[in-house]
Amino acid sequence: MTSQLTGPLLTVRGLRVVIGGRHILHGVDLDVAACGITALLGRNGAGKTTTVRGILGLVPRTGSVLLGAEETVRLATHSLVRRGIGYAPEDRGVFASLTVAENLRLAERVGAGEPDYPLVHELFPELRTRARQAAGTLSGGQQQMVAIARTLLNGNRLIIADEPTKGLAPKVVTEVAQVLERAAEAVPVLLVEQNLALVRRLAAHCAVLADGRTLHRGAAAALLADAEALRRLLGVGRHGADAPAEAQPRTALEPTAPRPAAADEGRPAAADAGNAARTAGKEATP
Amino acid sequence: MATIVLLTCTGLGLGALYFLVASGLSLIFGLMDVLNFAHGALLSIGAYGAWWAAGGNLPGAGRSGFGFVLAVAFGTAVGTLAAVLLELAVIRPLYTRPREQILATVGVGLAAPALLSAIWGSDARTFPGPVALSGTFPLLGAAIPVNRLVLVAAALVLLVALRLFLGRTRHGLVVRAGVEDRSMVTALGIDVRKAFTLVFAIGGAAAALAGALGGLYFGSVDPGQGTSLLIFAFVVVVMGGMGSITGAAVAAVGVGLVQQFANYYTAAGLGDLAVVVMLAVLVLIRPRGLTGRLA
Repeated sequence: MTSQLTGPLLTVRGLRVVIGGRHILHGVDLDVAACGITALLGRNGAGKTTTVRGILGLVPRTGSVLLGAEETVRLATHSLVRRGIGYAPEDRGVFASLTVAENLRLAERVGAGEPDYPLVHELFPELRTRARQAAGTLSGGQQQMVAIARTLLNGNRLIIADEPTKGLAPKVVTEVAQVLERAAEAVPVLLVEQNLALVRRLAAHCAVLADGRTLHRGAAAALLADAEALRRLLGVGRHGADAPAEAQPRTALEPTAPRPAAADEGRPAAADAGNAARTAGKEATP
Repeated sequence: MATIVLLTCTGLGLGALYFLVASGLSLIFGLMDVLNFAHGALLSIGAYGAWWAAGGNLPGAGRSGFGFVLAVAFGTAVGTLAAVLLELAVIRPLYTRPREQILATVGVGLAAPALLSAIWGSDARTFPGPVALSGTFPLLGAAIPVNRLVLVAAALVLLVALRLFLGRTRHGLVVRAGVEDRSMVTALGIDVRKAFTLVFAIGGAAAALAGALGGLYFGSVDPGQGTSLLIFAFVVVVMGGMGSITGAAVAAVGVGLVQQFANYYTAAGLGDLAVVVMLAVLVLIRPRGLTGRLA
């Protein structure tokens, strides 16, 4: 496998996506580090989900997408995924009429080794007890567990999670964050996330998109510590100054910070709370 | 009473025929979003294949006993092959262009019967069924044609086989998932195009079998048979809910029975109309069909 020293696992250069004559991405550059979590940030409509879908070939795209050293931009989605990518999409992509067990069975890769059910059941014991339940009857958080479990079942080289905490209750957000943290110990993760407190806690690297272009790439901590950059790139921080330092979970619909990483990060955490409130409109899915 | 029994059995036979056609149509639409207007052509190909083989053209095949089974199997095999070719050569290159896809299947649906009439003429040809199946058997005072029973048995076998395939096999799992969200199936690393070809093969086999057994039911084959059955099969698919096999089975029985009874007790032809009215009412009350799937 790729070692930490050999550069990024996924290298995206000049990714362009045109859908129905509309240019959605104008050339996105992105590196996913060979270890840890890389966050993909940006305001609503910046092109984060389209970037992920473009990388996977779920939308027609041009440019360059290197997985390791291999150019994958001409590969069909299923061939690319079989090279070792686990994908948890924005809407969770759970098959509602299939049972939990069937959803997981579908993610098994024939001829790619034994699926890691022990890990999945250790992280999500609930999925074992609910194995025969139709996935459509699960709560949003449970569905997200199924979606993440599917990415952990195979020994993947890369996990892509698109807003895994969207619309979840604060307690579940914390659970999802813990699982991602744990998964990232073994596999690099590309995480699309609006919740900056979560990014602060999890991500080592980040890229910021705006209007279908990459605005910024670098270390996550450096960006999050730079209030000016946050305001410029993400429009964060104008409304959050008076928020309490220890952001309390408020409603299930707001992707509030599960827990600020440390007390001395009070001010930025407050800024995050402001961002969460500002973006809650898009997040509030039933 | 005898009339009611006879009408019921004939209606069930017709329903069985509809189910054989509609099950494939429903799976194909549910999984691939393809309205396969060429499905009737597959039925006609199966019918002519069986007719040609049973007429003594295929060594070993004939009009009675094992020879007839072989003739039906031959017709089914030819129809299956035609379905796979259709998927690979016409449907697959047009995946991203649904409008052209529909036009192409309409084209094949017109061309195949035309080709059949060019070779064997447009008149109906007598279908050489085995003597054992051309008789009747008494049931509650009515004389029921044996071939109705054969059709119902074939439809039941197909229903059970499809449910086992969908419920118990990995391919079936892929098909069920694909009916819900095709792109997510590919995002899990599964080549959904293989499932497309498989579903086309299954649908084609069922339609061709319907053609071969339809020859028994109607006593003859003609190039336009498939097209006229296709209309009612579409009605069944919409009523049953796109992509639902059980829904198609229930709707097929309903359509077959209503058609038979209405055609007998009112003016001939009103039964066909009644089916369309039934469809309109159902779609108004339950837009998603009997099974709640989006039509």
